[in-house]
This record gives sequence, C-alpha cells and structure tokens, in this order.
Amino acid sequence: MSKALPIKLTVNGVVYERNVEPRLLLSDFLRHTLGLTGTHVGCEHGVCGACTVLLDGDSVRACLLFAVQTDGCRVETVEGLGSINRMNPLQQAFREHHALQCGFCTPGMLMSATDLIRKYPLATDDEIREGLSGNLCRCTGYQHIVEAIRAVIGKSGDAPR
Amino acid sequence: MKPVAFDYIMADCVDAATATLAGAGGDAKIIAGGQSLVPMLNFRLLRPSILVDINRIPGLAFIADDSNAIRIGALTRHHRLETSPVIATHLPVLACAMTHVAHLAIRNRGTIGGSLSHADPAAELPMMVLLLDAELGIASTSGRRSVAARDFFLGALTVDLAIDDVVTEIVLPKLPPTTGWGFEEVARRGGDFALAAVAATLNVAGGAITEARIAMTGVGETPKRAPEAEALLIGRALEPASIDAAIAAVRAGVEPPTDLHASSDYRRHLVGVLAGRALAAAWRRARRTAA
Repeated sequence: MSKALPIKLTVNGVVYERNVEPRLLLSDFLRHTLGLTGTHVGCEHGVCGACTVLLDGDSVRACLLFAVQTDGCRVETVEGLGSINRMNPLQQAFREHHALQCGFCTPGMLMSATDLIRKYPLATDDEIREGLSGNLCRCTGYQHIVEAIRAVIGKSGDAPR
Repeated sequence: MKPVAFDYIMADCVDAATATLAGAGGDAKIIAGGQSLVPMLNFRLLRPSILVDINRIPGLAFIADDSNAIRIGALTRHHRLETSPVIATHLPVLACAMTHVAHLAIRNRGTIGGSLSHADPAAELPMMVLLLDAELGIASTSGRRSVAARDFFLGALTVDLAIDDVVTEIVLPKLPPTTGWGFEEVARRGGDFALAAVAATLNVAGGAITEARIAMTGVGETPKRAPEAEALLIGRALEPASIDAAIAAVRAGVEPPTDLHASSDYRRHLVGVLAGRALAAAWRRARRTAA
C-alpha cells in the first residue's frame, strides 16, 4: 500500500479535506469516503457513463480519475443539482417525461445532459441522441430521456442550473 | 476492478517528469487525460509502481498558429480541438474527426499527446496526424527530438517512445484553404472506436488532382496511408473510374483484423466504401473553393 496523500476539494459547494491512497478512484472517493452515493458505479472502465460528474464545470467519468488528481478542484454530483422537494428543471423534466425506470443510469444522464445542454445547440433530437451515446440506459430505450432534454431546451434555451 | 497500489508523483515540469520516468527504469507510467490508461489500470492490465501526473505542468496545453503550421501542446484536450476556431480554419478535417472521438465526458479529459502515445489501432487521432504529415516533439532526459508521424506508430499500442520520453507537442502543417477534405467513419455506436474510418485530402489545380492523401484506421495494427491509391489519383479529375481504382487499391493495401465486432472481410469492404465517400467529399469541397 502506497502512502496516502492529503487533498482538499469542493464537492457541491462543501470543502472536504481527506487523506487518500493514490489508487482511490474519484467514484469510490465520492461514494465510500464522502458517503455521496448518488454517483453510481457501473462498468468502472469509462463505457457506461453512470459515474459522470462535473469537474470544474466539465463532465467527466469519475471512474477514470483518481481522487488525488482532484486536489484543489470543484466537483459537482447529482446531489448538487437539487433535492426530492426541490428538483432542478432538468430533474423535473426527467420526472414529467418518465425518463427513468430503474434509475441506475439517471445520475450520469443528468450530469451528462447538464454539460451537453451548455456546450452544444442540440438543435435536433439526433444531436441529443449523439450526445447521450456515452451513457447507457437498459430500461427506457432513451426516447423519454431525449424528450425530457428536449423539453428543458425548449423551455429555457439555457443550461438548467 | 481496482488498480494495484502505486506511488503518485505530480510533475511540475517536463524535465521532472522525464527524470522520474528514467529513474523508475520502465516501471512508471505517465498519466495525462487517463481515458485509456485508467481502464487498463482498473483491469490490472498495467501495474506500474509509479504514476507521473503531467496534468499540472504549465504550458503543455495550447493551440498556436505558427505561420505555416499549427502547433498543439500534448496536454490539449479533445474538446478544445473540437471547438477551436484555429483548427476549424486551418485543419477543418481534424475538427471534423474530433467529433468522432469518444463522448463529451471523455473529450473533456482526453489529450492529443495521450491518444498518440497510447496508439489504439482504431483511434482517430493517430490516423489524423498520419494524414496531415505531422511531426511529434518529444522530450527525454537526453534532450529534445522530433519524429515524423509516419515513423512514430510501430504496432498496436506500440510507438517510438523510450521509457523516459514524453510527447510535448504536435506540429501540423496548415492545409491551404483550397484543399478539399473528407472524413468517414463507421462505428457500432456514436463515439465508439471505429470499425473503420478514412480521412482524405485533395489539392486540385486546373481541374486535376495535384496531391492526394488518404489515411485509414481500424484496419490494421497501426493507422495507415494508402500510397498506391494516392498515386493513381494524381493528374486527373476525380471520376467514377478513378474512385473505383482507388477503392480497389485501398482494399488491396490492408489486412484488417477480425474481432467480436466485424470480420476482416467486412472491414476490408467497409474501408473501401468509406474511402470512396471521403474522396468524393474532398473533391466536392476542392471544387467548391476553386469555383
């Protein structure tokens, strides 16, 4: 076991200081060390997208980053988007459009969509589908997820923050 | 699915990174974007004792317009290449290729230096630097050197890098605005590695092709150019007969792999189809700028 290193980072606006083993993945750090289990772990090799979070505002796979690399960074997870009683517009749209069934992929879908809406015009549903191709959903067939994202773009034209 | 324990060193300059690599005698790995490396660590296909993080080295992420060439820092992320106005203006075929590289969350993190050093046989960037006759700037403990893209890729996941080498920049000659280009890829899903992909450029003068470049990925251990097909296109317009001849030459020049996703025969067929489409698109663009 290699020596643990001190890191200090901000997660959903809260500053955390912890000592982490270098091999600890950011996904495991969020779930096991901080107890933020909203970020899901599917494939652990960057294929499924369930662990997607925002790192300094950009969507990234939390399973392809080591926690030690995020020293000094700002991380946002699904817990930072909203709460059950106060969902943000994207979460609300997912609910209204039945964009989830089992919910396993949902945190990653929400975080990916947050970044996609900000960076791309998503003028057509094909562009939304293309943008979501890095997030696997085995329940919905994606149709309702596309509709939820379309609804949010139609509503505001801006990123749902 | 957890990596073997390693020591983590954050390098603050290139010299510190190369010194650490040399000192580890081949038992250290560089981590840049980590989008290919970390899966291999998670699977324990790689078990380095030391990980040298170059992400915070200043001055390694840039896109510079340097008279006849574009210089790209090794740590430049894919998404920046995808959206750079400089790339869109001077290397539009590269801007197009970047939209095919994985997914946004991967493009936010992955780097050009990392992709080239990793050299996946179905990745887009190795093919693109081969197409564009790029030079790679490489630093080591014994100094700096430059390697042409055509000499860099030696085999699947194998490149001309010694244990203390770090790719620092990529120099790509600008394409003249009149150069036509095409990029065609087929993958199982958007963002997946290519079953096959072809990129082509054509320079045209007086209705005849003066220079043709064709590069392919997914159809061998390394990205490849198609020199026979390129040669036979020179000196005439792009016509159905010359497209057919180029497609035949492309297919004859590859020995694609068979895997879970596609057979060798299918890939050979596919790469010809894609070459035909890429050439037709390049011809259209070249004619449009000439008109």
